[in-house]
Amino acid sequence: MTLYALSGKIKITESLGQILVDFEFIEKFTPMYLEAARLTVLIGAAGIVLAAAVGLLCALVKYYRVPVARQIVSAYIELSRNTPLIVQLFFLYFGLPKAGIRLSSEVCGIIGLAFLGGSYMAESFLGGLTSVGKIQLESAESLGLRRHQVMNLIVIPQAGAVAAPAVCANVIFLLKETSVFSAVSLADLMYVAKDLIGMYYNTGEALLMLVVAYLALILPISVIFAILERRLRRGRS
Amino acid sequence: MGGAEILFIGNNFARLLEGLWVTVRISLISIAFSLVLGTALGAAMTVKNRAVRAVCRVYLEIVRVMPQLVWLFIVFFGITKLTGLNLGGETSAVIVFTLWGTAETGDLVRGAFQSVPKHQRESALSLGLTKFQSYVYIIFPQALRGLIPNIINLSTRMIKTTALVSLIGVTEVLKVGKQIIDANRFEYPNAAIWVYAAIFFMYFAICFPLSWAASRLAKKSRKSD
Repeated sequence: MTLYALSGKIKITESLGQILVDFEFIEKFTPMYLEAARLTVLIGAAGIVLAAAVGLLCALVKYYRVPVARQIVSAYIELSRNTPLIVQLFFLYFGLPKAGIRLSSEVCGIIGLAFLGGSYMAESFLGGLTSVGKIQLESAESLGLRRHQVMNLIVIPQAGAVAAPAVCANVIFLLKETSVFSAVSLADLMYVAKDLIGMYYNTGEALLMLVVAYLALILPISVIFAILERRLRRGRS
Repeated sequence: MGGAEILFIGNNFARLLEGLWVTVRISLISIAFSLVLGTALGAAMTVKNRAVRAVCRVYLEIVRVMPQLVWLFIVFFGITKLTGLNLGGETSAVIVFTLWGTAETGDLVRGAFQSVPKHQRESALSLGLTKFQSYVYIIFPQALRGLIPNIINLSTRMIKTTALVSLIGVTEVLKVGKQIIDANRFEYPNAAIWVYAAIFFMYFAICFPLSWAASRLAKKSRKSD
């Protein structure tokens, strides 16, 4: 009796599932998506951190008007901002091996993201640095602060507050750009989704899981950033 | 490392340019649609009605939160599966980029309208201009000045993003490049580096003048403020 009832239930859910979504499919392939999401986060985080480092370096070079390096940084920023990430990745992944430089898709992803993000980060940092007025610097100097004190105590706190929202926007932008990595055969979320669509034709489920995965990655970050930004603005006014 | 001549053998270069035109055409069509729909959206975002504003806001956030490539997948694979309609890569791309461009343009238009100080409008009205006149002579010209550089920047972003359409099977410049590389695998084993470098600089040649013009215009409008 119980067994019969149970099998009936299973049948109902099974047929319902086939109409709406194939839950069995979702359950079966969730681990694949989790693994892919982990990879996206890892490569994304590494690329974003590196991009921030590149950006900070470039911003400082432009801020202090370092000769020669300044021109190189400007050229880099223009090249990076005016070309698509996918083309940069193709050059790194398919082009460079012909010159004897063979990079794994993971390394390509990180370098590509750093190359693209570096210029965006540089402009955000530079925007922050230049927002600190000359009066501030001169006053600090006339108060007898040393050069590094001026930087640490006067410039960085103010510049940081101005640059932070732009940097946060860049982080979200770069995180979204990681979706291109599948093009250089990195087994990220897009890659898994496309794989499953091709193999099982469960397009709906594969896309649903893809959307859920990206929402789970991006939504919390953008909500946290929005809260931080609001706090920062309140602190300033 | 030789083999740069691969770019100029036969009609290779022309083929690459043709491929580039495919993505540029997709972006131009999408930009055109986005400007019209985005202006309407931007106007809707400044109305007094809270419900209308909320709906616009939700639309904007939904479009923005997901990577464009995910949207391309949803439209290209999802719509075909759901409706049985085969849209094809180019049509899917135009749909996605129009939806995205509309959202972004809408936000820019909203920002431009709101950047015009309130007293401008009030002064215009108090000088006896009709509401229509105040828009045409006072608000639009000022809003437009800040808007144009942003729209140009958005266009370069869209041109760059259309490079993704090769991933939903559109034969554009990256696909053509791959065909050229594959066809000459034995005679020109180093073709990949030249072809992808060429594509890199092709995009640069399109986007750089646009962003240069945008930053010039932005500087000019800032100075005249």
